[in-house]
Amino acid sequence: MDEILEILEKDARITAEEISKMTGRDVSEVKRLIKRYENQGIILKYKTVINKELLREDTKEVRALIEVNVTPQKDLGFDKIAERIYSFSEVVSCYLVSGTYDLLLVVEGKDLHTVSNFVAEKLAPMENVRGTVTHFLLKKYKEDGIILKHKEENKRIAISY
Amino acid sequence: MISKKVQNIQPSGIRRFFDLVLGMKEVISLGVGEPDFVTPWPIREAGIYSLEEGFTSYTSNKGLYKLRLTLNRYLKNRYGLEYDPDNEILITVGVSEGVDLALRAIIDPNDKILIPSPSYVSYGPVTELAGGRPIYIDTRSTGFKLTPQLLEKYIDKNTKAIILNYPNNPTGISYTKRELEEFKKLILKNKIFCISDEIYGELTYDFEHTPFATLKEVKPYTIYLNGFSKAYAMTGWRVGFACGPEEVISAMNKIHQYTIMCVPITSQIAACEALVGGRSYIEQMKKEYKRRRQYVLERLNALGLEFIRPQGAFYVFASIKKTGLSAIEFASQLLKQEKIAVVPGDAFGKKYSDYIRISYASKFDNLKEAFNRIEKFLKRRQKDV
Repeated sequence: MDEILEILEKDARITAEEISKMTGRDVSEVKRLIKRYENQGIILKYKTVINKELLREDTKEVRALIEVNVTPQKDLGFDKIAERIYSFSEVVSCYLVSGTYDLLLVVEGKDLHTVSNFVAEKLAPMENVRGTVTHFLLKKYKEDGIILKHKEENKRIAISY
Repeated sequence: MISKKVQNIQPSGIRRFFDLVLGMKEVISLGVGEPDFVTPWPIREAGIYSLEEGFTSYTSNKGLYKLRLTLNRYLKNRYGLEYDPDNEILITVGVSEGVDLALRAIIDPNDKILIPSPSYVSYGPVTELAGGRPIYIDTRSTGFKLTPQLLEKYIDKNTKAIILNYPNNPTGISYTKRELEEFKKLILKNKIFCISDEIYGELTYDFEHTPFATLKEVKPYTIYLNGFSKAYAMTGWRVGFACGPEEVISAMNKIHQYTIMCVPITSQIAACEALVGGRSYIEQMKKEYKRRRQYVLERLNALGLEFIRPQGAFYVFASIKKTGLSAIEFASQLLKQEKIAVVPGDAFGKKYSDYIRISYASKFDNLKEAFNRIEKFLKRRQKDV
């Protein structure tokens, strides 16, 4: 992977000037490449990672992992049914997986009810859905490589040889 | 009541500055001589597991056989270096102990030890404690690089060894294989030892690091010192190793067994894991250091502070001559006014009081903020003048 992408993946707010200083490449080249990655859809979005564990209880959202068994469709395989499912805004992530079920969803709602309702009323009744198993998330420890903790304290002594 | 020898060791002139830094809160420090990464988890986990399993005993003086054997294989695979795990490898308490043992093992009264300078702080004092005479070779006029001409000038019949440290702390300067070959010739010709401190070897950015002992014929004269502190971010574990001819290692082990006995077993077990599974972590950290180096050099350039481009480690030795301040004044004022810590060059040799050592073993955001403040500091000074 291009170094520019590696750097941006870790910190989306780093400027082209800073990337240029870190990599020794021209600012204009860095800018041009970033633009190209954006146009090609390689860079899709810049977003902020929020540790929602630290938010007030009543503003927290509820997440569930849902295993879904589906009947694939002729010629279309899983793609069509997956699209029908992931198009719901409640579905945060959707993966086709190997193993005992087919689709793994991450679903988010403002409370338990919302998520349950989504499963009972939208997801389960779908024509090609054969069954679902819902796991509500109780606590998040690590997400996308980021450990959800307060800022690390500095453990080194401030000056040494 | 205190021994003359110890009394004669000069206390570091920058001790007071260090105390100043340690007494101040919320300092952004570019003065740290260790990685900002924590030891990779699999290595820590191996240490924890060993404690759970009850590995809490002494090991053999030379170190766990398993670690010496793993080292033997590692050095063979990585560098084609062959050291017998039975009698040519000694596990030490970091390279620091390795330096002390090597010097004590070879020094007779008044033997000269050549130390290219600026240099790491311990070489001179430890040489004196061992009864030898440190001879500092100032490399300032040759871009902080030892040259064969310089070296030759300093070797005489009392010379026992040279301490090579590359990449160097504090300059980050390193040597290519071709450059090392030139030193080798002089070492073979004069039959002196080369104590090669290669603790920063894995952090070489511009070319492949060549362990001195891999050069043809020079192995019998080389004491190869290395460790886990910098490459694997394991400073606090205190574990390193010395490789050399059986005669030397056995002499070093004689001292080691009566003073240290052995390196803590937890650290040795963790070190095994580092050698087996640590490669990818080194590569990740190295990549990060390399980017930071580039960034720091760009910022220094923009500030007009001169430096010799470092090739490894995580330091830049920058000249602050143009500010008209001494390094201690510069560092003290920078600390008081902007809460940024750097190490005055004096720490690495008397002659370097117009240099500061900047460590880029610090998160990018810290580096950015630190340089913004250094910029502010320099601009304000310019206005005042």
